[in-house]
Amino acid sequence: MGSFNDIFKACSWEETSNSIYAKTSADVERALAWGTAKRTLEDFKALLSPAAAPYLEQMAEISRQLTLKRFGRVLQMYVPLYLSNECNNICTYCGFSYDNKVRRKTLSPIEIMQEVAAIKEMGFDHVLLVTGEASQSVHTAYFKQVLELIRPHFAQISMEVQPLDLADYEELRPYGLNTVLVYQETYHQEDYKKHHPRGKKSNFLYRLETPDRLGQAGIHKIGLGVLIGLEDWRTDSFFTALHLDYLEKTYWQSKYSISFPRLRPFSGGLEPKVAMSDRELVQLICAYRLFNEEVELSISTRESQVFRDNIIKLGITAMSAGSKTNPGGYVVEPASLEQFEISDERSAKEIAAMLAQQGYEAVWKDWDNSLV
Amino acid sequence: MLKIADKIFSSRLFTGTGKFSSALEMEAALLASGSELVTVALKRVDLNAGDDDILKHLKHAHINLLPNTSGVRNAKEAVFAAQMAREALETNWVKLEIHPDPKYLMPDPIETLKATEELAKLGFIVLPYVHADPVLCKRLEDAGTSAVMPLGSPIGSNKGLKTIDFLEIIIAQSKVPVIVDAGIGAPSDAAKAMEIGADAVLVNTAIAVAGNPGLMAGAFKMAVMAGRMAFEARLGKVSAGMQALGSSPLTSFLD
Repeated sequence: MGSFNDIFKACSWEETSNSIYAKTSADVERALAWGTAKRTLEDFKALLSPAAAPYLEQMAEISRQLTLKRFGRVLQMYVPLYLSNECNNICTYCGFSYDNKVRRKTLSPIEIMQEVAAIKEMGFDHVLLVTGEASQSVHTAYFKQVLELIRPHFAQISMEVQPLDLADYEELRPYGLNTVLVYQETYHQEDYKKHHPRGKKSNFLYRLETPDRLGQAGIHKIGLGVLIGLEDWRTDSFFTALHLDYLEKTYWQSKYSISFPRLRPFSGGLEPKVAMSDRELVQLICAYRLFNEEVELSISTRESQVFRDNIIKLGITAMSAGSKTNPGGYVVEPASLEQFEISDERSAKEIAAMLAQQGYEAVWKDWDNSLV
Repeated sequence: MLKIADKIFSSRLFTGTGKFSSALEMEAALLASGSELVTVALKRVDLNAGDDDILKHLKHAHINLLPNTSGVRNAKEAVFAAQMAREALETNWVKLEIHPDPKYLMPDPIETLKATEELAKLGFIVLPYVHADPVLCKRLEDAGTSAVMPLGSPIGSNKGLKTIDFLEIIIAQSKVPVIVDAGIGAPSDAAKAMEIGADAVLVNTAIAVAGNPGLMAGAFKMAVMAGRMAFEARLGKVSAGMQALGSSPLTSFLD
């Protein structure tokens, strides 16, 4: 069976980048004034190119209309639960990096349940489990144990951990694993190596083919994205869209989501190589929506209050709130190492109130594990 | 250029051989159409006779035969028919048609999926005729089909693209060529199918029953080319995309 790599290896980063930056206002206008066919990957290039900047308001209006048509006036709410900050990888941009000399912690079953109680108190029914990559302590058996433990308490369980083998995903799915997020970080193969010099994560191809394994395992929803700031975000985002397009056609029974993590400050941190302004992030979000009317677009608490308040009308369909990015961060050990600093510190209830004020409903439950 | 399995086609108009007033008229029309893939009903040809009247008029270097299983009612019969065609016509291509319903000739989705799975395993290049059902088309892809042939409207009805909304979905998500089959009644229907991105169309009745089949075949040839060119040129629909902007800009918070 083939994989995305068959398509990826036929695309040059440089040629793709040049083609994006060569787009003109005529290309953008053509992409905006679409005909009967679906917008193409070439349209997507035009919409995220510098040439599209003057058309931002038009893009926002179309993005808003398409999102309303497909998703209505609702926002899916989720919250991360950091299980562990142990990690064997060196990543130049991450607080959990192996060479960052801080105390490591993996939550015990009792501690997990303490955190679960706090999360339930906040109103969440959808939790995102997060770990570093430390296969000696956070492995498939551990994940299975965690899923068994928390499944009765959540309608939807997502996971953002190290890439696993197909057999692992197949093993975990019956335990209630609904969604798996796996960000490629960057599709720039050479620079990926520079950012991930040590650990299993340095295997670019294994990570690139993870969504294929998720699709083959029948995972209900697959989350994609790049870490914005590592490399040219326009080129990286094009490769994400190319990946999405392939996956949707191949694993057509799965749903897909895209996230937009911008590199944030953290303990021992790396300055973003490429800055992305708020305006550019709005452009990217709208470009995705115009390209793909069905994909879920998610925004985290990395972004500021003002930005999050305004972006909900422009294409976003899911957001986290009240997040802690450290294991035990809700009640067990609030002072442990954060993966990154959050920006919007409002509580889940405050976010729900903000949404209501804008005429949107916060949706806490949109799945039920008994359906799996 | 269109690629299906290992074959390249320069014409995106596929044709059929039924309903012509004579084999000679059929041959003239098919030549005028420029078609390189012509479907022929197994039930109508004499596979044992070397001089079958239909087959001998299809002996042209550029014409590939696509035997169809019209007349079979289930997967088992379809697989048998395909094997028979492979032996007699020396082609592993088959247009899979399974319609247990003799009145409207509606394709049976369940038997079609079963037969596709089996035929693909047996090494056939399967082109199944189906309703314009996007989920079925994906299931057929998973089963190993080489193309899908959703109908535009009931077969032989000449009613055009009644299923256009579903055809658009099929085209948008397909990994294999999409050939709009059945119901195309006029060159404008064929052009429309090509404009929305179909890879090819299959036309039979509209050519065969025209007042002048040869002239109509030429008209379809040009319509298919025009529709494809329009698709490649990217149709614009200015009013939908470039709408007026609201008085309260959505992006003013960025200023």
